[in-house]
Amino acid sequence: MENINVLITSPMNSYLEKQLDKRFNLLRLWTFPQKDEFFKEYSGSIRAVAGNLHVPNDREFIDSLPALEIVASYGVGVNHVDLEYCKERGIKVTNTPDVLTNDVADLAIGLILTTLRRICESDRFVKGGLWKAGDFKLTTKFSGKKVGIIGLGRIGTAIAKRAEAFNCPISYYSRSKKPESNYKYFPSVVELASDCDILVVACPLTEETRHIINREVIDALGPTGYLINIGRGPHIDEPELVSALVEGRIAGAGLDVFENEPHVPEELFKLDNVVLLPHVGSGTVETRNEMADLVVGNLEAYFNKKPLLTPVV
Amino acid sequence: MKSMGVLITYPMSTYLQHQLHNRFTLFRLWDLPNKFNDEVGSIQAVVGSTHVGADRQLIDSLPALEIVSSFSIGLDKVDLDYCKQRGIRVTNTPDVLTDDVADLAIGLILATLRRICESDRYVRNGLWKQNDFKLTMKFSGKKVGIVGLGRIGTAIAKRAESFNCSISYHSRSKKPELKYKYFPNIIELASNSEILVVACSLTDETHHIINREVIDALGPKGVLINIGRGQHVDEPELVAALVEGRLGGAGLDVFENEPDVPEELFRLDNVVVVPHIGSSTVETETDMADLVVRNLEAHFSKKPLLTPVV
Repeated sequence: MENINVLITSPMNSYLEKQLDKRFNLLRLWTFPQKDEFFKEYSGSIRAVAGNLHVPNDREFIDSLPALEIVASYGVGVNHVDLEYCKERGIKVTNTPDVLTNDVADLAIGLILTTLRRICESDRFVKGGLWKAGDFKLTTKFSGKKVGIIGLGRIGTAIAKRAEAFNCPISYYSRSKKPESNYKYFPSVVELASDCDILVVACPLTEETRHIINREVIDALGPTGYLINIGRGPHIDEPELVSALVEGRIAGAGLDVFENEPHVPEELFKLDNVVLLPHVGSGTVETRNEMADLVVGNLEAYFNKKPLLTPVV
Repeated sequence: MKSMGVLITYPMSTYLQHQLHNRFTLFRLWDLPNKFNDEVGSIQAVVGSTHVGADRQLIDSLPALEIVSSFSIGLDKVDLDYCKQRGIRVTNTPDVLTDDVADLAIGLILATLRRICESDRYVRNGLWKQNDFKLTMKFSGKKVGIVGLGRIGTAIAKRAESFNCSISYHSRSKKPELKYKYFPNIIELASNSEILVVACSLTDETHHIINREVIDALGPKGVLINIGRGQHVDEPELVAALVEGRLGGAGLDVFENEPDVPEELFRLDNVVVVPHIGSSTVETETDMADLVVRNLEAHFSKKPLLTPVV
């Protein structure tokens, strides 16, 4: 398969690059400063793309690769891929579900604990020598708080399982009720937000879920409520969230994702009731290697005319 | 009961002071260095904390002392033997703080392994614009070893299980009713764990239970979490191991000489240090204070103590 041209769109994992190098003719998009020249020379021969959200695979991108047969995405979210257009063009799309579920769920709980218990702020307190002058302030208990989850897929379910071990009652909102679930279902996000103490966004990003967290939901969550986002930045109306946090209209937020990564609204930097992370949900050595193996596995399956491991389209 | 004299040793909780002041004649130890001798005869109760407890000297200076009600679960700052000898009752605050302390243990594990605080700083310092953050260590599925499987150790185990961790433990005696793997030897526990959590009480036997040998057994990929007492760990050995990379990381809520924390730890990004906040939530402070007050009221009403230790 060494004569098959595979385009990797950003330097997301050197282990992945190595594995792809071994099997295919790998082209690294970022090593070609002149994009026009690159596409002129290679567009007719690139049959596969391995990429993530850093380079959207929108209609224009897909049109620039007339020989494209498969997009193997490195990550579970595929909102950066024009799925409809791929379906139309007969282009396969795969992602990396399951292997990252635990890491993302772990991080959601980590964000809850570091936000409510002010772990990072108290670590700064100690390192700044302030403990000698007095005890740290009291924080908010996590155990037993009501956790509301938007999206009860693999990741939402894994978050629920962990939160249950902290004696948290679990409720959720999703497109449809899950009859096999024991958790309490709310038919609207606003009702879910009104009821819970900690609201976690764990659904995929689609046109319907864009800005699913808006002013109304934020108001319903209220001044004692916390928002945790391990989904996608555009799930939240970010300016509304920023002003709610600055004005104290919600109690705090733990955010792993933002509308315009890597840009994070700087008004948030001086707030001590927020934890801001650089999209590290699946960012462990173990999981990124498993994700890489799954990307490679999907491409190998495709070119060997075997069933795709984790197809989306 | 307004005539009952109660001495509070440290300003650990404003809410607690209000509750005590409303019911008893409250003396504040830090306010009476000179007047102390006039008041001693009227003090029947001491409310202590992890900062200032009730040692022999204090007990001897209070001839009317009947009860020590500690605003803590740990009683290492109370001379229990001497209280027993003098017929002085002692209560603490178990159970109400179990969840908070267990939550913090998990919080420290996640903050340390996933480098949450470091990556939060990374964002605030504008570094994300240049590069993605480095990869970190997964928590789910790791082998967790717990030293001390009391209320808090059990609560930590229950939480870690939900992260698909395998749990093993070391304690004075095996707990046959529990399905976790028992190691009679703490070195073996450390060798077999990826994350070692200290959750036992501090006694003469458990002083420096985490020593050089245990740290070596835990190893360069291992992480130590301490939500017990600073004196459980040989602190200079721990600091050297972290600085030299012989231990993979640490999440610490307690230190040998609080509030002093070894400054060599401050520049290590694989170490999270927090200021003894295990039970420091608004909810739990209220619950702990209420329990202290109810124990005192029970004592002065000649009713059974709620949470006696001695």
